[in-house]
Amino acid sequence: MDLSSADHDLLSGHQGPALQFAMQLVLQAAGILQAPHLIPVTYAHIDACFYNGQAHIDFAQFMLDHGAKFPIPAWTNNGVVSATHPHLYDGNPDTEMVEGARKLMQLYAALGCKPTWTCAPYQIPGGPKFGEHIVVGESNAVTYYNSAVGARTNKYGDYLDVACALIGKAPFAGLHTDAGRKAGLHFDVSQLPESWRGENIFHHLLGHHVGRMAGRRVPVVTGLLTTTNTDDLKAVSTAVAASGGVELWHGVGVTPEAASLDSVFARGDVYTITRDDLITAHAQLSTGRDGSLDMVALGTPHFSATEFRAVVETLDGRKSNIPFTITTSRFVWDYIKTKGWDDILKRAGVSLIGDICSYYAPGINGMKGRVMTNSAKWAYYAPAMLPVEVCFGSLRECVESAVRGEVWRDQALWSAR
Amino acid sequence: MIKGTILNGGSAQGPTLVLTEPVSFWGAYDPRSGRIVDTHHPQSGAYLGGHILLLPETRGSGGTPGGIAEAIRRGTAPLGIILMVPDINLAVGAAVAARLYGRQCPVLAVSPEDYHDLTKVRHIAIAEGAIITV
Repeated sequence: MDLSSADHDLLSGHQGPALQFAMQLVLQAAGILQAPHLIPVTYAHIDACFYNGQAHIDFAQFMLDHGAKFPIPAWTNNGVVSATHPHLYDGNPDTEMVEGARKLMQLYAALGCKPTWTCAPYQIPGGPKFGEHIVVGESNAVTYYNSAVGARTNKYGDYLDVACALIGKAPFAGLHTDAGRKAGLHFDVSQLPESWRGENIFHHLLGHHVGRMAGRRVPVVTGLLTTTNTDDLKAVSTAVAASGGVELWHGVGVTPEAASLDSVFARGDVYTITRDDLITAHAQLSTGRDGSLDMVALGTPHFSATEFRAVVETLDGRKSNIPFTITTSRFVWDYIKTKGWDDILKRAGVSLIGDICSYYAPGINGMKGRVMTNSAKWAYYAPAMLPVEVCFGSLRECVESAVRGEVWRDQALWSAR
Repeated sequence: MIKGTILNGGSAQGPTLVLTEPVSFWGAYDPRSGRIVDTHHPQSGAYLGGHILLLPETRGSGGTPGGIAEAIRRGTAPLGIILMVPDINLAVGAAVAARLYGRQCPVLAVSPEDYHDLTKVRHIAIAEGAIITV
């Protein structure tokens, strides 16, 4: 491998054992990837702050004890516990987990992370831009940054994310290269009614279907509307990463690298998305039958300001009649407070929780029974992790169902032919 | 003798355990017990400790390094791991455990033909340099 003198300096231990160890890990990964050299990275979204046992703490402590500090902006993924709601863990029998998770969050703050504690860091201003090489671990953020932003990252597992961020470099391989970013299969949605393609739920269903078909390949989608917004891009990015292992997708005319089909796709299988594909995706994401409802859970990935606005507008002064939880980031939460939406939601019986994910959050696992969500990712993972059955629906269906206490279906949603 | 590719160095020997399907070491595996906890996995409940583990590949979970490192720390991890598809996450997790705790868990990749042969043997020794003897 072609290493610079600065790389050799780190490897030799002249900059201390923390950076030496970090460089060893990066080179180990580069060797497996057969990368020709390392490239500078400008931003990291750290996943190793998500507690998974004492080894996570020992690793961060080792780096801190040896004077390591992130030289590039490093933002944090969700914590395992919420610092905005510490009382959630009162009486939790797994004190090892609760205390460990808190300790880990403190260690990463001490290493110089920006304490964003969110799985949707792209909703916070000041992040990476088109063409930047970055290091990201959280799957939906990997896919969003690659696809919707046009920044370049592979999916970095725990420890390697920290190691790359500490030395400010990553192996030049995979999605960092031009060749790695070409699409290998093509999905066309232009046969579907335009009104469907304007709905947010369409993007969740599309992403779920495409992810299942694509596996780890890069797909390209044609026929998306030019009005496709950031919440829609989030929906596709998150769903393709959950149902498949997609880390980059292109939307012709919608995502920044895909001005035309030819620019990202040379050859490969071509699929026309049909009404039946969407019906199948909807059925796969719905493990529960419609009827009385126990809960509504939104905010996977963390809710955006525009999604909050949609909930407030749909509630229109009405209250939820069942437990209704939304997870979000501190940043978005602070923003909606300035709009007065925080108080409106509180009065409507909607609980907001910061910093965490609701299907992997040992403190708030009061979630059980029949739960409705608008998130394909939540619908995909929650039934395996919580004692729940899921009713999948649009944001409007979720809010109307919360008000009614039973699943309400929007008859107009799929009526267009 | 079979020569593998070193993903993480070290030596180990022990009885083999062959996983028939890929597994994630986050969520699907509990490092506290050392067992597969994913109820959808055909070998759910299997204890992976004390064995040379043969598995075709992992599911691409970013939590895998922490899962394997924590298992190595606790002594519940496989003695060594042989894969068909090279995996960075297992390699990095094992390397972190080696640095922090001084415990070796070699991780190797071998060709599909060699992998197929190794799934038929009961005992494997891995020597430094990814030398595998049965």
